[in-house]
Amino acid sequence: MATESGAAEAVGMPQLDFSTFPNQIFWLVVTIVVIYFILSRVALPRIGAVLAERQGSITNDIAAAEEYKLKAKEAEEAYNKALADARTEAQRIVAEAKAEIQADLDQAIAKADAEISAQAAESEKRIGEIRESAMDSVTEVAKETTKAIVASFGGKADARSVNAAVNARLKDMS
Amino acid sequence: MATEESGSVFSFHPMDQFIVKPLFGGTEIHWYTPTNVTFWMALTVLCVVLLLVVTTRKRATIPSRSQSIAELTYGFIYKMVEDVTGKDGVKYFPYIMTLFLFVLFANFLGLVPMAFTTTSHIAVTATLAFAVFFAVTILGFVKNGASFLSLFWVSSAPLAIRPVLAIIEIISYFVRPVSHSIRLAGNMTAGHAVIKVFATFAAAVALSPLAILGVTAMYGLEVLVSFIQAYVFTILTCVYLKDALHPHH
Repeated sequence: MATESGAAEAVGMPQLDFSTFPNQIFWLVVTIVVIYFILSRVALPRIGAVLAERQGSITNDIAAAEEYKLKAKEAEEAYNKALADARTEAQRIVAEAKAEIQADLDQAIAKADAEISAQAAESEKRIGEIRESAMDSVTEVAKETTKAIVASFGGKADARSVNAAVNARLKDMS
Repeated sequence: MATEESGSVFSFHPMDQFIVKPLFGGTEIHWYTPTNVTFWMALTVLCVVLLLVVTTRKRATIPSRSQSIAELTYGFIYKMVEDVTGKDGVKYFPYIMTLFLFVLFANFLGLVPMAFTTTSHIAVTATLAFAVFFAVTILGFVKNGASFLSLFWVSSAPLAIRPVLAIIEIISYFVRPVSHSIRLAGNMTAGHAVIKVFATFAAAVALSPLAILGVTAMYGLEVLVSFIQAYVFTILTCVYLKDALHPHH
């Protein structure tokens, strides 16, 4: 196999066979020029554009994200402020309501106390009256009963002395 | 390939893979003859188109996997140019990118079994290296005028040793294209030749497991070397470009 074309170059390095140099250099130059034109006209501008575009969109996205973050922060602050306001408002309302209720309550209690004491006084008075009348009735009954008893013993009850005796006894009891 | 040849079990032709052959028969190689060089360089162009043009045809803001690879490649070289040469070097980015992609794909395509490695030829790498050398030197003089020569005058060194340093600097400057090209071609040639030698040993049954292991290991190493050499070639180009743009130490 190596005999047909390699006979001349069989000895030594093919790299040093100067007869092939013009051929190699010619095709090298053609190749390099072709690669250069492919790169400079098509490949590199295209890749460069893609990379620049990507860089641009990344920068834009980061800026937009930053903006949204700022907005979210603002919204959060507004929310917190509203929440704090509402809380103080609520506390104020609660305190007000509490004071109002307390005042009403105090008034009602005072009124009730007054009524209760009035009623209690009245009741006292009436109890006193009842007791008085009861005592009178008891005296009466005692006198009558004593008269009746004396009468039934056959004695002639002297109304005045009976009354005096009963009165004396009642005075002792009470 | 041919293993039975005049008594010997092995036939070592580790350098046959580097022979330049006409693509459509014949033995004459004129400068315009389509050869295997043409074929593999055309594949390089195809790979560049596949990597950077086909993958990005949707121009998606959210990239697909293939578009991500194209963008990563772009970003990798763009950042290298920017870091090494500075902001004013960015306008030479398409040239650097061209060099990188050509060397990278030529190296990787050379790893396809039975492939021809275009970057293993000193004619190719020297053309690239001298193109860089002349471009950078001319650019240096155009941009800085005669003050470009201050690149060789190390003003931070003591005055007495500056002439000596200048001579060393000048020599190292002119050696640049040589080292630049031989580094790449040498790495490619050596790796592929070693793989071929290992592969030849696989013809012997007793040795074949070891040989195949060797080929596998070398292949892995060569994948690394292919990328690293493309990277080194590119970053050195950037460094030379930086010297042209900012010659003052």
